[in-house]
Amino acid sequence: MRRYRRAASGVLVPLAAIGFWQLLSTMGWVNATILPSPMAVLLKWWAYLRPLEAFDPAQGSYLKWCFSGELIHDAMGSLYRVLVGFIIGSGLALPLGLAMGYSKVAYGLFNPLVQVLRPIPPIAYIPLSILWFGLGNPPAVFLISIGAFFPVLMNTVTGVQNVDSIYLRVGRNLGASRLTQFTRIILPAATPYIFTGARIGMGTAFIVVIVSEMIAVNNGLGYRILEAREYLWSDKIIAGMFTIGLLGLGIDTLMSRLSSHLLKWHRGLEQG
Amino acid sequence: MSEPSHISIQGVHKIFQSGGQDVYALKAIDLEIPRGQFVCLLGPSGCGKSTLLNAVAGFSLPTSGVITVDGAVIAEPGPDRGMVFQEYALFPWMTVEQNVAFGLQIKGVEKAAIEAKVAELLAMLSLTDFRKRFPKDLSGGMRQRVAIARVLALDSPIMLMDEPFGALDALTRRNLQDEVLRLWTELKKTILFVTHSIEEALYLADRTVVMTYRPGTIKRDLAVDLPRPRDVASPAFNTLKKDLSQLLMEEQSRHNQAEFRGAAVD
Repeated sequence: MRRYRRAASGVLVPLAAIGFWQLLSTMGWVNATILPSPMAVLLKWWAYLRPLEAFDPAQGSYLKWCFSGELIHDAMGSLYRVLVGFIIGSGLALPLGLAMGYSKVAYGLFNPLVQVLRPIPPIAYIPLSILWFGLGNPPAVFLISIGAFFPVLMNTVTGVQNVDSIYLRVGRNLGASRLTQFTRIILPAATPYIFTGARIGMGTAFIVVIVSEMIAVNNGLGYRILEAREYLWSDKIIAGMFTIGLLGLGIDTLMSRLSSHLLKWHRGLEQG
Repeated sequence: MSEPSHISIQGVHKIFQSGGQDVYALKAIDLEIPRGQFVCLLGPSGCGKSTLLNAVAGFSLPTSGVITVDGAVIAEPGPDRGMVFQEYALFPWMTVEQNVAFGLQIKGVEKAAIEAKVAELLAMLSLTDFRKRFPKDLSGGMRQRVAIARVLALDSPIMLMDEPFGALDALTRRNLQDEVLRLWTELKKTILFVTHSIEEALYLADRTVVMTYRPGTIKRDLAVDLPRPRDVASPAFNTLKKDLSQLLMEEQSRHNQAEFRGAAVD
């Protein structure tokens, strides 16, 4: 009962906001080209989602037809870039972070460069990325990897450096070799930090994909809302924005589910 | 001496630097521990009893002097001297059985043998029902049982215990003390047990070594030959307890004066 009530109170504010927004449009207080009504946005979203052409068995299966809409196409494009960029960025950051956290020598060698490069927003790499990689997926993936790289790197370094020394003492007492210490103690002890880094990195990757599509790619959700602006399709802009929001929420939920599943031992540990 | 010592501590000094001055955490410690003896190191906090234990464990080696086990000089930590820590120090990412199995995996014991040994130890410490749990889901007493099982898995002839029950409530504490006594009788280990509780020392040990506050020296080496199980309410027990209280009180007041002097200088 209490759960339902909480859920009900959760939709109260969004409903009020949508109601107010609908009121603005219905009463004609704002120009529909500037701010279309929620209903118009919803209709546009549906049109954006559904297949462009009528079902034709000759063209392929029904399922394929179902996913032939423009929105699905754009979302898949964005998702693909996010995943590839994230895998490259975090894949490079993880080993470097482990090395920097574990070895003072590696930390001393790499940290100055990392500290200089880290404050540069990934977006500032756009000109270079186009110069180096031209247009299309390569520059986008490049930018996204940079966005994912630093959060994963910094958190991995911190995670390894913060491994409680008591665990290492126990490891030595049990006779663990350096390799065993690293793989069985340091690595698992650092995973909560690494996962936090991955989650932040994924969030950054998602921001960067939208920006990079606005500049270097001619499909994807970021490209689509910029294109809609040129035609003054504000309803499609907003529909696209909501799609971006939903996709981001979905990715983040997935990441947090995954990490709480893999870190069962850690859940609630902070509270003792 | 008829039998050679199991653990031999000879002329051990441990000097720390503090504010440009040498602090003698341990000064001229000599201690011969025969095989199978249960020895408690007793003293106020800061008296160097944990320092001595860490030196035997090999975590921090003496500044001078030698510690030998079966005649071999200790140079580093090793699974022949399993240690139970006050803060349990279980690996939180491993289940109870994984924690217990870890030492055996490091040794390279084959899988079937590990499983058998872990099952035996879990049964011995009444942990079988909790074998799939993570440490965070266990009470303090349970965690310390797991830590003991983890050390027992090593089959080390020596067990080092650093105030292992300091954080537990009185009932759990007595319970685990009895458990340790039972295991010690069954497995015939040499135990070096650090505590600041007089009662705990007298309840457990064959021999209680009282240490002094800076410099850390041995103030009294007392054989406790009361029959087991010991009755903490018996007159004999309480006579010893009173004696030791007196000793510790002297140490405590030296400690307080030292702190007071320190404060005055600051």
